[in-house]
Amino acid sequence: MNAGEKTKNTLISRRDFLRVAASTTALGSLGVFNLDAAAHEGVRTPFTFAYVSDAHLYERKLNKRFIRAVEKAVNDMNSLNPQPDFILYGGDLAQLGQPGELELGKELLGQLKAPVKMMVGEHDWYFDMGEKWRELFGKDVYSFDHKRVHFVVLNSVIVEDYWTEPKMTPMERMKFMAQLDNPKGKPFMVGKEQREWLKEDLSKYDRSIPLVVFSHSPLYKYYRPWNFWTEDAEQVQDILWKFDTATVVHGHTHQLLLNQLGKITFHGMLSTAWPWPYPPEGVPKLTIQMDRADPFDQFDGCGDGTLDVMSNGQANITYNLWSRKPRYVTYDDIERLWITHGLGQLEPGPSY
Amino acid sequence: MKRNRLLLLMAAAMSFTLVLHSVSADTDVTRPEVRYLGTMSCKEALPSNLEGVRLFKLCDGETKVIIAADGTEPGRPMARPIAQMVASTLLTAYQDLKTSKLLAHKDVPHTPREKETFESELNKMIQNGYTLFHSPELGTNGISCDMCHPDGANTHPETYPKFQTQLKKAALLRDMINWCIENPLEGTKLDDNSEKMRALEAYILSTRKGTPLEFGKH
Repeated sequence: MNAGEKTKNTLISRRDFLRVAASTTALGSLGVFNLDAAAHEGVRTPFTFAYVSDAHLYERKLNKRFIRAVEKAVNDMNSLNPQPDFILYGGDLAQLGQPGELELGKELLGQLKAPVKMMVGEHDWYFDMGEKWRELFGKDVYSFDHKRVHFVVLNSVIVEDYWTEPKMTPMERMKFMAQLDNPKGKPFMVGKEQREWLKEDLSKYDRSIPLVVFSHSPLYKYYRPWNFWTEDAEQVQDILWKFDTATVVHGHTHQLLLNQLGKITFHGMLSTAWPWPYPPEGVPKLTIQMDRADPFDQFDGCGDGTLDVMSNGQANITYNLWSRKPRYVTYDDIERLWITHGLGQLEPGPSY
Repeated sequence: MKRNRLLLLMAAAMSFTLVLHSVSADTDVTRPEVRYLGTMSCKEALPSNLEGVRLFKLCDGETKVIIAADGTEPGRPMARPIAQMVASTLLTAYQDLKTSKLLAHKDVPHTPREKETFESELNKMIQNGYTLFHSPELGTNGISCDMCHPDGANTHPETYPKFQTQLKKAALLRDMINWCIENPLEGTKLDDNSEKMRALEAYILSTRKGTPLEFGKH
């Protein structure tokens, strides 16, 4: 894999990274490095945000099953005490991008007590190229600051035009995109325009501010045949690289998923609708896989979750699995996982 | 075995039709229907569904070659071109049989034509299964099989039959296919021997080529 080879050469080894991190801390304490950040160190208030993702709603008259699942998630969210600062909706609210599906989604999410931050997925987009979604929810690409953490929401499901030349109807275009195992499927991209926007957006921030990026697809290359993949992932990672702490939270994969590339930590979100099996190759080594779901239990392997952002800007994620014990992945756990894999000696795998 | 033999006969019949076309073009005679029906052991009785068809047989004590010729009446002499066609068809079929071009199970490899037939017939069945697997038509709520099972993942057909606690019996793959159709898809279950069920099984199995058979595995 070319991309893998390229990253292999450019990736800082874990040991080098720790060395750099240690020297950075030393410089910081000597007052050489960014006085502003140092002045604020230790005063960041920890907070919690929650997520619901990948509901894949059909219109109400057709399918009640996925509605029940969203209602369950809404109950979970509204029962959180204290309430999360906000709730991220991780994309794929609709199954076939139908206005009725998106409206139903808006109605169901309207029951949430906490503020909602929306992200778009390919199932929301490819019927009318996001027209209805934007009408209902506003911009698909935006950023905001919350308690001295910078958040960015991307539209990572851009693909090359496959529909104009064969004169596909909007529904044909949508169904082509909705099929996960479509052998002719096109890879997701963030795209040049958005990468430029991202650079510009981030240029206003110092590297010490914790960065959290929301993307529907994983911002790394995992498994191309199912589009568990972002074609320009390396270029996006290069932009995030300048930050001391970056966390990417993504949907689309419907499973427990953990990856870390240098300073960037990637967490996959659960779906409310159905879990996806792990593909035959490319699962990041840090991921502790979920056993296959019980088909007789609609909610097994599904769920929602919360992320606790620590005062140091790192995030700990809780997977609220509906039919299983919850799974916690703390930043310290990730450090320990690296040790069990051999600190600094982890070979880049296919997920790179 | 029977299915294989039938496929072979079909392949053979196709090749003889081509031969007959060229003969009739050369002789400029109204083309009679001369159909190659197949071969069988000399000891075996003819299938009963051939009653009422005028048959011509060639037997060497081991193997019979059978053809049917329409447009001829028992007891009356045949027109020469028709008789020639019957004779040459019988002879060609017999020679072909003896040079073993068509029978792969007698130390002779399959012919390219046979392979093409095998492949196209099989692919047709698998493709029908693929289409059903990726279509909401099996259910009523928009859901299709591939939504949870991309590329047939997590269907593990190689583990059946096995006891399925929730069904309270040893289940075959088709039992689970029907369970999925009735539950997540909220559809009506398929007849066990329906073309749709057979095609679905064919597609699912095709995604697991090379996987060891581990029936009973949980």
